[in-house]
Amino acid sequence: MSHEILITQLLYGGAGLLFFLLGVWSFISHEPLWRKLIALNIMGAGVFHVLVAVAYRGLDAPPDPVPHALVLTGIVVAVSATALALAFGRRLDREDSERTPEVQGVDDREDGTHV
Amino acid sequence: MFDPLALAVALPLLGALLVTMLPGWSRALGMLTALATTVVALWLTVTVWGGASLHSDLGGWGVPLGIALRADGLAAALVAMANLVALAISINATGYFGTAESSRKFWPLWLLLWSALNGLFLAADLFNLYVMLELLGLSAAALGALTGTREAAEANLRYLLVGLLGSMTYLLGVALLYTAYGTLDLEQVAASLTPGPVALSALALMVGGLLLKAALFPLHFWLPPAHANAPAPVSAALSALVVKAAIYLVLRLWLDLFDGIVTEAAGMLLGLLGAGAVLWGSWRALRAERLKLLAAYSTVAQVGYLFMFLPLLTATPDGPERERLLTALVLLALTHGFAKAGFFLAAGLVQKSTGHDRIRELGGAAQSLPAATFTLGLAGVALIGLPPSGTFFAKWVLVGQAIALGQWWWALVVMAGTLLAAAYVFRVLARAFNREPTPKCFLTDPRTEIPALLLAALSALGVGLAAQPIAVLLGAGD
Repeated sequence: MSHEILITQLLYGGAGLLFFLLGVWSFISHEPLWRKLIALNIMGAGVFHVLVAVAYRGLDAPPDPVPHALVLTGIVVAVSATALALAFGRRLDREDSERTPEVQGVDDREDGTHV
Repeated sequence: MFDPLALAVALPLLGALLVTMLPGWSRALGMLTALATTVVALWLTVTVWGGASLHSDLGGWGVPLGIALRADGLAAALVAMANLVALAISINATGYFGTAESSRKFWPLWLLLWSALNGLFLAADLFNLYVMLELLGLSAAALGALTGTREAAEANLRYLLVGLLGSMTYLLGVALLYTAYGTLDLEQVAASLTPGPVALSALALMVGGLLLKAALFPLHFWLPPAHANAPAPVSAALSALVVKAAIYLVLRLWLDLFDGIVTEAAGMLLGLLGAGAVLWGSWRALRAERLKLLAAYSTVAQVGYLFMFLPLLTATPDGPERERLLTALVLLALTHGFAKAGFFLAAGLVQKSTGHDRIRELGGAAQSLPAATFTLGLAGVALIGLPPSGTFFAKWVLVGQAIALGQWWWALVVMAGTLLAAAYVFRVLARAFNREPTPKCFLTDPRTEIPALLLAALSALGVGLAAQPIAVLLGAGD
């Protein structure tokens, strides 16, 4: 039984680490704000994966509550941070469109962001 | 009920809620909260200084589910500095923002930042440190963008993203430690930490994430635009306090948590980055065209000095030498906190009264704003490290210990950095003094000038002369 728990934890935890690394790579290599934000959230999801894997103690035992509390708090923090970053992004976009009102039709940049 | 640890975090949080609900009263309520919080913080510091290290479990919930706060000498020293500086910034802000619309936006965020700052200095477990770090980053980024200019929004969006990357990395380190040791309490983890791949990965992730937030060269790229484009009281808080919080956390991890497993090579790496920061930051400060940008680059350099202590601390065995080194490190951090806050507040006054902060066109500032220029001079004394400032003592100890350990190259960096600092401070002062009629009065706008002046005076004169009591405080509670 404990063998099975260990394998489950390794699979989940390893996937979490992989998520984290993918997120870091994507954050560094992509310029647009929304891609960076998604990358950050994937990094966060990776960390939460690791924590949930730690909490697992088998199907018939209750999970460790502490990592669950951490994940919940972490999600709240990640949502607030994403919201603030999006607010910044909207502010910048609005100023961009106010600054160049005559330029229409070229708003869709090649990276897919919409001004 | 009257627990200074809980009150130091709860009071500004309560104040932030109140000023959000009653925006019309924000100035009065904000100042009231600022005063009360400072009194509580000083009470806390005096208690710790008396020899009692404080600990409290909020709501009676102990480890592992409860939230624990504790204060030792290091935490109390930084809490005292941060709250005095924050009080001065609050007074300055009442004058700087006046009754304008931005004043209403300033107070809730500022009190939230204050609460996070106290929480970070006093938190006793790794996860609360993460939460406080995020609260601090979010409120700092929002405050920095208060000017509403495009540059400020861009700079602070970058600051926010970099900060998030840093704290996510830190959080993964926390998750690794919990996986290995099953606890988040700083003392418990420290007690059970064994050298190995898990501890080393956690060290690398946590310290690496924090270096981004502490703006250690070459990860400092986000700092100068963010700090130079914020309103002056906010710049003061960001440079003097928010960056210090990340450094405090690095120090806490380095000295308390990972004490047994940090290697001299790791310390050397951080020291070399610190040396790079001193040289590059001072050089860019010398070349800066604007007063606030100069101050921001000077922060990059001063952060470098703090990290140059780490290789020496790691190489010095426990004993009086190590304690003196640690005292010097804290003195430097405290002095820089006071000096940089004073410098930014004075720079804000210059910017407000002349309409710009271009150093080239400062001519006559000394004549029209004597107190602000005097403030810049006094803060300059501390930034350069002239006696009797705390920086002088700190650099003296740093150079002495570097030579004693045979690591003489740090001494060269300190000297080069000091010369560059003298050059950038005198460059400002030289521009400020011009041949114009001498004014009649020393103060032009007491409410904004006096807090700045007091901070600078404290940095140039107070902290250095108070080295002995600070050493006692740091020794307390061990």
